[in-house]
Amino acid sequence: MKNLWISIKITLAMCVLLTVGYVLILRFTAWVASPNDGEAELVELNGEVVGAANVGQAFTEDRYFWGRPSAVDYNGGGSGGSNKATTNPEYLAEVEERIEAFLEAHPYLTREEVPSEMVTASGSGLDPDISPRGAEVQIRRVAEARGVSEEAVRRVVDSVTEGPWLGLFGTPKVNVLKLNVALDSNF
Amino acid sequence: MNTEILGVVLQWVALLLLCYPLGRYIAKVYKGERTWLDFMAPVERGIYKLCRINPDAEMDWKQFLKALLMVNLFWFFWGMILLVLQGWLPLNPDGNAGQTPDQAFNTCISFMVNCNLQHYSGETGLTYFTQLYVIMLFQFVTAACGMAAMAGIMKALGNKTTKTIGNFWVFLTRSVTRILMPLSLLVGILLVINGTPMSFDGKQTINTLEGNEQVISQGPTAAIVPIKQLGTNGGGYFGVNSAHPLENPNAFTNMLECWSILILPMAMVFAFGFYTRRRKLAAWIFCVMLFAYTCGIVISVSQEMGGSPQIEEMGIAQDLGSMEGKEIRIGSAASAMWGMTTTVTSNGSVDSMHDSQTPISGMLQMLNMQINCWFGGVGVGWMNYFAFLIIAVFISGLMVGRTPEFLGKKVEAREMKIATIVVLLHPFLILVGTGIAAGLAAARPELASAWLNNPSFHGLSEMLYEYTSSAANNGSGFEGLSDNTPFWNISTGIALIFGRYLPIVGQVAIAGLLAQKKYIPEGAGTLRTDTATFSLMTFAVIIIVAALSFFPAQALGPIADYLSF
Repeated sequence: MKNLWISIKITLAMCVLLTVGYVLILRFTAWVASPNDGEAELVELNGEVVGAANVGQAFTEDRYFWGRPSAVDYNGGGSGGSNKATTNPEYLAEVEERIEAFLEAHPYLTREEVPSEMVTASGSGLDPDISPRGAEVQIRRVAEARGVSEEAVRRVVDSVTEGPWLGLFGTPKVNVLKLNVALDSNF
Repeated sequence: MNTEILGVVLQWVALLLLCYPLGRYIAKVYKGERTWLDFMAPVERGIYKLCRINPDAEMDWKQFLKALLMVNLFWFFWGMILLVLQGWLPLNPDGNAGQTPDQAFNTCISFMVNCNLQHYSGETGLTYFTQLYVIMLFQFVTAACGMAAMAGIMKALGNKTTKTIGNFWVFLTRSVTRILMPLSLLVGILLVINGTPMSFDGKQTINTLEGNEQVISQGPTAAIVPIKQLGTNGGGYFGVNSAHPLENPNAFTNMLECWSILILPMAMVFAFGFYTRRRKLAAWIFCVMLFAYTCGIVISVSQEMGGSPQIEEMGIAQDLGSMEGKEIRIGSAASAMWGMTTTVTSNGSVDSMHDSQTPISGMLQMLNMQINCWFGGVGVGWMNYFAFLIIAVFISGLMVGRTPEFLGKKVEAREMKIATIVVLLHPFLILVGTGIAAGLAAARPELASAWLNNPSFHGLSEMLYEYTSSAANNGSGFEGLSDNTPFWNISTGIALIFGRYLPIVGQVAIAGLLAQKKYIPEGAGTLRTDTATFSLMTFAVIIIVAALSFFPAQALGPIADYLSF
């Protein structure tokens, strides 16, 4: 019985210490030091919010760079991957369809030039990034749709591309939303 | 050199550099020596006073276990009630409903045993209130509970002859105030600065660039992520855990979070060495664990970076490796590293979808959990290794014709029986569970198609992974499995309970029994345990007992999956 009373009281004490004390310290830090007061960092175009920097969104128009396939259709209220095994025949057929669709949209590419990331679904279904190579193969399509030179588009891509952390660790990446916003504000 | 590989190497080095000093610090905390966090002492005294705990009162191993089990029982009711009623409780801006009883049972058990077998998705299955008052609270206190058990064992093994093994409540409190909370604050602040959300507003709706509506979930994420990593719980705030770009915004946070998974389990090994003044033994144990962990990383990283042979055959460019279920900012090498790190410990958080990794990586992830003691969960992982140590002492004692002794105590039939039960329980839970599920799926094809997301060998792997993860209290999954059904909720819930409490009870009992025995000074006739030979022996025992019992199941799952294409 004595143990039960201690259990109840120590749980309540931990609640005060953790769910109140610890949480408030972090909440306060967020006010002071986070990019957007503790909420998801937003991206604006001409003063209007067009998305969250870290949450990918669906792009289908030719004038925009496209992100990766998403198993949840870029629904930020949920998240999820396909959870398909790479040995699953049904899944492989799906990838084949995506490859063909990608080649149709980019007729100037050969099959060997299609980056696998553009035809495989991300883990979260909200991947905000593509690789520099994934952006490179789309430049001609976007340039043609916008009626500007490939060079001009490439310059925008380069300005948005982020290298690995400290230039040494991890992968380089291009945030698709930031890239498209930069395009819209440039052209 | 490839920057992805450099990233993996950096994480590995950061772990090795920091675990040794942290281990020394942890030993000091449990011994009650002075540390630079002594300003927490008034908080601790307040807790003892409120709960009427006498911090100087020592417990024997039975009293220790009674306290441990009682507080866990109370947590069970606490969690069940809050999860079922969450729809009516405050801090629910999105209006999420309460969980069904079988789902609440699974969720509650899962977090109570410091696991995260989440059969729900955080965005819709919980409210901010239950995220904090059930999930986050349990992530702290249940991790502390495992650490307290380990502290008890250290005390039992460190003293020459003793009836008492310390005060459970004191160990529990100190684990939170001196170790888990300060480290979590540090990691949490770094995450907040890097853009992980920390607010109490509900979902945001925005208009995308192409003019569609998009809903964005957020909330007090940065409070939960540090402790889910450090406490080896792994329960993510969002459904996809650390693959979610808000939970894990960039390459730096990914390294930080992956580092947080393993730092305490690694430090615990050294803490044992400092506490019991057997640093050489601890160093050898560490070497065995590190060797196994590093082998796994090398194989898995090369598999994932090499890409999927099936995709390769389709003739597209796969230079980034196998990217299905992975994120660009993390990359295939760091995803493989995380997959190994989360399974050698009982963490279970993920930053890529394990279901979509290549078969050999999946096999290694399962193997890590089936062995369950290459570092392992905070406290409990080392304790699993301890059970194997006892068996190795006994077997090698018989082989060379000496009385089996460990740390100056005779290992006799009673301790051996307990150790054997603890060690065999794990394959029993996993294989029987998978057997039943596979039998049901084979007898009724409609069940198989309802449960499984992938056909054939990989389907079996999904079920095998689920029970492996439950019994090891890991919590990651081949998430293709549709596991939010009464069958899976209840059967894995049972595996979780047995997989947690029987080993803890057994290991504390062994330590308690050993502690009471007469101390025999080490002499020329003693079989030394702090040598390379004995470490190799333990490694062999682990491979033979743990790994080989799973070989047939592995052969039908991932190995067949690998070979069939």
